[in-house]
Amino acid sequence: MAKVTMTVNGRKVAKECEDRTLLVHFIRENLGLTGTHVGCDTSQCGACVVHMDGKAVKSCSILAAQAAGSEILTIEGLAANGELHPVQAAFRQNHGLQCGFCTPGMVMTAVDMINRYGAVLDEKTVRENLEGNICRCTGYHNIVKAILAAATEMGAARQAAE
Amino acid sequence: MYETTYHRASSLAEAVRLRADSDEAKYLAGGMTLIPTMKQRLAAPSELVDLRHIAELRGIAVKGRRVRIGAGTPHNEVATSAAISAVCPALCHLAALIGDPLVRHMGTLGGSIANNDPAADYPAAMLGLDATIITDRREIPAGDFFTGLFETALEDGEIVVAATFEAPARAGYSKFANPASRFAMTGVFAAQAADGTVRVAVTGAGANGVFRHAGLEAALTRNWSPDVVSDVAVETGDLLSDLHGNADYRANLVKVMAKRAVATA
Repeated sequence: MAKVTMTVNGRKVAKECEDRTLLVHFIRENLGLTGTHVGCDTSQCGACVVHMDGKAVKSCSILAAQAAGSEILTIEGLAANGELHPVQAAFRQNHGLQCGFCTPGMVMTAVDMINRYGAVLDEKTVRENLEGNICRCTGYHNIVKAILAAATEMGAARQAAE
Repeated sequence: MYETTYHRASSLAEAVRLRADSDEAKYLAGGMTLIPTMKQRLAAPSELVDLRHIAELRGIAVKGRRVRIGAGTPHNEVATSAAISAVCPALCHLAALIGDPLVRHMGTLGGSIANNDPAADYPAAMLGLDATIITDRREIPAGDFFTGLFETALEDGEIVVAATFEAPARAGYSKFANPASRFAMTGVFAAQAADGTVRVAVTGAGANGVFRHAGLEAALTRNWSPDVVSDVAVETGDLLSDLHGNADYRANLVKVMAKRAVATA
């Protein structure tokens, strides 16, 4: 058994788990945060994406023990003060989901993408950067629209703040 | 996944010591191959020694045209390195084609070349750039490093520390990605050194993993142009045939990817 300590959505957590426990199971089962999904379980679909130390990663392909000591951000940690994160709001506005299963991973990948590229995102870049996220409803068009809208919105907000 | 015991090393010396404690131990780099393989129960190391927190394995250094990339450097850092892009943009391009952005945040150069997947991208770059693989014990020329399918010259317990190379005058990489896995059906890295000699390394197509193509090298050394590739014979004998494509198909891909690699260099 490993004693795993990490910061999840700004809160310090310490739990015992087996060394072989995957980060996604640690998050869902040990911490009860079930917004992060297990989709394909073969590292393809991206339903399990969380941020580890500020970078989007697949939590189904990382052991909880590997993530010990890191800062984890899950879908539950995005909304602040009861207000949706701009990416979440854009997904709602643009109908960027159908069944919704892939949405947490899509949103976390989108936030990471906007963090890396800023407001200068174009459609081609968005589609390339969605390589690791699969939507089996095939609703990519509106997902891309939502991400572009959020990038513009967040860029404008950043500019207004400066 | 079968049970395993996780260890985190904070230095190379500690990693070697932890690994030596058990016959069934494996080093864990970014884990983008090893963890999925363990989940499928195709690998079952009793111990894992995590190398991700070893500072000695991190970092990119470019001095003049000499490039040194720490084995623990994630693909995304290579893909977005301004220092590497200034002297060898083809390597950044190659790193940006590995897996997906999420995998590129974890997967590392050292992990990729130590695994030597026959369809991985980095082995083509290492061989095409005539890189030197630095381990905790010695320096190995890339030409001696990749010895077969998932086989390398690494000895038991040996750790890849870094790769170094002299940036070529120009280089290009082109890959035909498998539509599902994004691994290379065929990828060609072509590099022309300052003295005009050309190295061409092919991944994804060889039945024994990454290889250099003498015919393409000779033709492109005479004339660095995509046009000369058409006249080069690519034998099918040592090429891979599988459900994704037979050897004839891959032989054609070698030529097409070689043309594109040269055209984009």
